[in-house]
Amino acid sequence: MGGGIIKILDLNNIGVRGVNSVLHNFSEEGEENFEIHNPHGKHSIACGLDAHLFVEIKGHVGFYCGGMNKSANITVNGHAGVGLAENMMSGKVRVIGNASESAGATAHGGLLVIEGNASSRCGISMKGVDIVVGGSVGHMSGFMGQSGNLVICGDAGNALGDSIYESKIFVRGEVAGLGADCIEKEMTSGLQAKLANLIETSGIKADPNEFRHYGSARKLYNFDIDNADYY
Amino acid sequence: MCGIVGLYLKNDDFQSQLGKMFRPMLLEMSSRGPDSAGVAIYRNPVIDGQTKFSLAHSDSAFPWKTLEIDFAATHQCAVSIQKVGTHCILITEAEEETFVEWLKNSEHKIQIVGSGQSIEIFKEVGLPEKVYELFELKEASGTHIIGHTRMATESAVTTAGSHPFATGSDLCLVHNGSLSNHNILRRNLEHEGIQFQTENDTEVAGAYLTWKLRSGASLRQALEDGISEIDGFYTFCIGTQNGFAVVRDPIACKHAVLAETDDWVAMATEFRAIAHLPNAVNAEIWEPEPSTIYIWGEE
Repeated sequence: MGGGIIKILDLNNIGVRGVNSVLHNFSEEGEENFEIHNPHGKHSIACGLDAHLFVEIKGHVGFYCGGMNKSANITVNGHAGVGLAENMMSGKVRVIGNASESAGATAHGGLLVIEGNASSRCGISMKGVDIVVGGSVGHMSGFMGQSGNLVICGDAGNALGDSIYESKIFVRGEVAGLGADCIEKEMTSGLQAKLANLIETSGIKADPNEFRHYGSARKLYNFDIDNADYY
Repeated sequence: MCGIVGLYLKNDDFQSQLGKMFRPMLLEMSSRGPDSAGVAIYRNPVIDGQTKFSLAHSDSAFPWKTLEIDFAATHQCAVSIQKVGTHCILITEAEEETFVEWLKNSEHKIQIVGSGQSIEIFKEVGLPEKVYELFELKEASGTHIIGHTRMATESAVTTAGSHPFATGSDLCLVHNGSLSNHNILRRNLEHEGIQFQTENDTEVAGAYLTWKLRSGASLRQALEDGISEIDGFYTFCIGTQNGFAVVRDPIACKHAVLAETDDWVAMATEFRAIAHLPNAVNAEIWEPEPSTIYIWGEE
């Protein structure tokens, strides 16, 4: 939380457009604290924030919360719907509860922390974001991940890391199944240090020594007739 | 698109408020399905030996009382009629098959939208708010309730094509998605003696479960078999006389969220439909997993 007073934005009074237009009205240097009340599962809350705002949402949010975030630090005190922090560029998004499918989809940067479970397709097509999930993730998580780190403190569902590029996936629990071209890889000391740092930054309690590292076998990068079955 | 919603009460004290609690759930899904809406409510069970029918007629001025007189005249069997909006709830001691056969051969052009001991089904084209008002559901009491707001993709916008689909006693099903093998399943089920009223894909899923339950399967077993035999995209919410179930296909790309407190279980396509339930803020909320059967009440 930044310094200064906390301004309250009530969705019951000003609606999603009202809330987002207040939050958009700051330059990148701005630093303010906001609380958003009565989210009632509405979509697109706190999307496209450019400034260094601290935003706490008091309750459960709908789809696309924190989407396209740049610089803001957003906390959801509840459950988040589909497409949480999709296409985030930088900044932080934290969810205290569970998240629905496609959390962190296509996100380029920043840190997404889900304290509970994420559902299917967590980190789908991630492009540089760091995602830390305190619980488990559903099937097809890390699908086509290009860059960034997906840390799963619980279990992973089927087809983890399918068609993955250069994202790195770390799993503490069981993996139900790996997707095409995703393999277990060596946990180097450099990666171990990076993982420990990510876990510490996320604030989630987990021992970095208990994780396995998964990534791309790089067999799908170029067309190979022997891989035709994968396509 | 389409929106589906369901509410199952764990605490009987809420029964008198069921219709009031469910109204914002259905209305919140209007933007996902403005073409038609339907509701299946479980309430006022009839005694053994009686059957309760939900009937619909395209003429809103249809004189339902004539049905009472006509049937009594030929069958020496009493029926009671209560008109609700464009539908009527008819209770009879006649054998279910006898009444269905008589109705089919009558000149009234009446559509049976549901039957059983507890279930009442109301569905109509138009905005969910209008439909809810038409059938006086705001004041309704009951044990559980399932609703659907429809954006039609696979068949026409008609009352018959609206959800929920009921194909067997007290069973109903609402669906978000589209099925790909419904034609072959329909043909197979017709061979098993199941009758269909529409060309709709969802009716086939309901009929499949009816067939399984009639064959002696439990609800869980019927749904397990359904996961392997019904192909397509689906999130289903299913009601039986005492049960409430949710299931998603193995890919699980049709949205769904479940929420549970000590007093109720709710499912919806989007959480905003659940947000206004009492104590929703403290509910346990999660996305149902693919190929996983969630059941409350009967197994």
